[in-house]
Amino acid sequence: MANALQTNMTQEVAIQITAMNKWYGTFHVLRDINMTVQTGERIVICGPSGSGKSTLIRCVNRLEEHQQGQIIVDGTELTNDIKNIDKVRSEVGMVFQHFNLFPHLTIMENLTLAPIWVRKIPKAEADETAMYFLNKVKIPEQAHKYPGQLSGGQQQRVAIARSLCMKPRIMLFDEPTSALDPEMIKEVLDTMIGLAQDGMTMICVTHEMGFAQAVANRVIFMDQGQIVEQNEPREFFNNPKSDRTKLFLSQILGH
Amino acid sequence: MQTFVRTEMLTPQAPPVTERGVVKWLRENLFSSALNIGLTLLGIATLYYVVTLSLPWLLNGVWTASSLTECRSIIAQNAGPDASGACWAIIHARWYQFIYGFYPPELYWRPVLAFGLLLVALAPILFGDNARNAGLLVSIVSALTILSLFLVNMPMWLFLALSAGLILASYLAYTRLNLLWYLTLLYPFLTVWLLWGGSLWGQVSIMAGFGVLVAAYRLLSPRLGVPIATGIGVVAAVLWWLLLDDKVAEAMQHLIPLAITPIESDKMGGFLLAFIIGVSSISLSLPIGILLALGRQSDMFLVKALSVGFIEFVRGVPLITMLFTASLLLQYFLPPNTNFDLILRVVILVTLFSAAYNAEVVRGGLAALPKGQYEAADALGLDYWQAQRLIIMPQALKVSIPGIVSTFIGLFKDTTLVTFVGLAEPLRGITTIVRADINWKGVYWEPYLFVGAIFFVVCYGMSRYSLYLEGKLRTDHN
Repeated sequence: MANALQTNMTQEVAIQITAMNKWYGTFHVLRDINMTVQTGERIVICGPSGSGKSTLIRCVNRLEEHQQGQIIVDGTELTNDIKNIDKVRSEVGMVFQHFNLFPHLTIMENLTLAPIWVRKIPKAEADETAMYFLNKVKIPEQAHKYPGQLSGGQQQRVAIARSLCMKPRIMLFDEPTSALDPEMIKEVLDTMIGLAQDGMTMICVTHEMGFAQAVANRVIFMDQGQIVEQNEPREFFNNPKSDRTKLFLSQILGH
Repeated sequence: MQTFVRTEMLTPQAPPVTERGVVKWLRENLFSSALNIGLTLLGIATLYYVVTLSLPWLLNGVWTASSLTECRSIIAQNAGPDASGACWAIIHARWYQFIYGFYPPELYWRPVLAFGLLLVALAPILFGDNARNAGLLVSIVSALTILSLFLVNMPMWLFLALSAGLILASYLAYTRLNLLWYLTLLYPFLTVWLLWGGSLWGQVSIMAGFGVLVAAYRLLSPRLGVPIATGIGVVAAVLWWLLLDDKVAEAMQHLIPLAITPIESDKMGGFLLAFIIGVSSISLSLPIGILLALGRQSDMFLVKALSVGFIEFVRGVPLITMLFTASLLLQYFLPPNTNFDLILRVVILVTLFSAAYNAEVVRGGLAALPKGQYEAADALGLDYWQAQRLIIMPQALKVSIPGIVSTFIGLFKDTTLVTFVGLAEPLRGITTIVRADINWKGVYWEPYLFVGAIFFVVCYGMSRYSLYLEGKLRTDHN
C-alpha cells in the first residue's frame, strides 16, 4: 500500500469512462480518456493549467457535456436523458474552487436545501443530518450565520458538509484549496483526509502533493487533454516515467 | 541622543470647536471651498425666492367655497385685495370625483372596502416574515377603512359585519399571518366582484378555471414533467373559460342568487381607475417579466426567439400606440359581439408593456449572478425550476429590486396615459372635467398639484419600501 490509510477497495466499479472525447467548439479539450474508478478508491488528478483536469471531473456529473465515448457513474450512463443526469448528480457530491455557497441562505439552509427538495427528507431530519456534518467539519457554531460572514476555509468546509448531506457515494473536488490563504488550506485538507478515512470514493483535482502522497491510491497526471501518466503515489513522485511528468514535478516541487 | 521618559499619561480631550458638532458639519458640507460657499449662498437665495413667492399663496388658501369667485372674494377679504391664494375648495368640492370618478355615491363603500382589503392582502407579501410590521400595517389600514366605511352610505348590518371582519384580520396579522395568504389569493376575484358587481358566481367560476389548471398540473406533472403538465393545464383552463365558465356561473346564479348591483367600466375614474390599472398591471407584470427573462436565456430556440421578439417589439413601441391598439384594434381581432371590457384590455396591454421592461431588468439581475451558483445548484441535483425558484431568482431579484421598483413607479405614473383612450384618469380626465365646470372656470394649479401630490406619495412609498427590502435582504456583511 502506498500510504498509511486503510482502503476498502472492492471490485465494484464506481465510475467507468471509456474512449471519451470532448471539444469546446473546435478546441479538442479532452482526448481519448479511459479511466476506471473502483468504489472506495481515492484518486488525485494533477497537471498544468489548461490540461483539462477540471473539465474531466466536471464531465463526471455532467456540468460539462462530452461528445464521444461513454461515462457510466454508479451503473447509470450519462446521456442527454435529464432523469439520468439528476440521478447521477444526487449520488455525486462536488466541491468547487470558489465554494459556491448560496449567499442568500444561512449555513443551515445551505445544508438542508438539497436533502429537503431533492431527497424529499422531512425538515427535522435534514436539520439533524446537517448538524451532524457541521460537527464533522468542526464548525457547528456557525450554523445560523450567512456564508459571507465566514472565512474562506470555513466556507469550503461548509461546502464539503453541504455535499455530504446528500449522502453521496462519490465526491469530486475541483481544486478545493486553490482559492484559500495558506493557513486555511490545512483545515480543509484535514477535513478531506477525515473523509478519506471514512472510505469515501474521491476524485480530487489538486496541486497539494503532500495530500496526494498521504491519501491517494492513484495519481493521474494530465497534459493537453490526455492522461500522460498514472501510478500509485510513491512511484509517481519518486520515479516518474515520462519526461513531461518529470518537468511538471520539478516545477511544482522545486521551490 | 536625548532620553525621554513620560512621567504623566495624557487624558483625552475634546476636539477643537471647529472639529465638532454643527460647526464641523457646516464647514464640511456647506462651506468647504470657495465654489461650495458660492453654491450654498446661491441655493439659499433660490430657496428664499421660491418660498417667499409660494408661501403666501399656500397660506392664503381657502378650503370651503362653492365657486372660484367666492374663493377670490374670501382671499381678498382675508389678505387684502392684491393677495394671491390657492383655492383648495375645488378639491374639497370635487373630492369624490377625484377619488371615485362617476361611481354611484350610494355604493362608495365598495371601492373603499376594495382599497382597504388591497393593503390587508398586501401585508403578507410586503412583510411576510415580520408579523409586527404586518400587524401594524393591517391594524392601521383596518381602522382607517372602518372609519371611511362609517362615513359613506351603507347598510348598518353590513358595516358591522365588515368591521368585525377587519378587526379579525388585524388580530390574525399579529398572530397567524400565514392565514392572510388566503385573503391575498382570493383578493383579485373579490375585488373584481366588489368593483364591477354582478353575480358572485361569475368570479367563483373564473376561479374554478384556475382550479382546473392546478388540478391538471398536480395530476400530470409527476408523469409528464413540469412544462408539459403546465401547458396542458393552461389549455384546459382556457377551454373552461371559453366553453363552460358562463354556463356554470348562470346555473349557479339560478340555484343560489348572489348578486350585487353591476357597475359599468365607464363609471370608474379618478384614482380608483389609476389604482385598478396600476395594481393589477404591477402584480401581473413581474411574474410575466420573470418568465420572459428566463425565456430569453433558454436553450430552446423557439422559446428564446419568441421571448426576444416579444421584448424587443414591445419596448420598441410607445405605450400610447399600445393603448390605441387596446381601444380600437383589439375589437377587430375578437369574435363579433364579444364584450371585452375596455379597462381589462388596457390592463392587459399595460401589463405586457411593463413585463417587457421587467424582463430586461431581471435579465440584468441574472447576468450579475456568478456561474458557480448555477453549477452548485446543478451539482446538488436540483432540477431547473427548483434551482430557479430557490437559488437563482431570490438572488437575481434582490439585485434587480431598484430596477423593478423603477419600472413599477413608471408604470403607475403611465396609468395617466389612459386618458387618450377616453378613460377618466385623475390627472387629465377628471381635472379637465372639473375645470370645465362654470363655477371653477379659471382654476389652474390646484387640481394638478393635488393629483401630483397623491402620485408622489404613492411612488415615494414604493421607493422607501424598496430601500427597506434591500436592507432586509442584505446578507453579505452584518
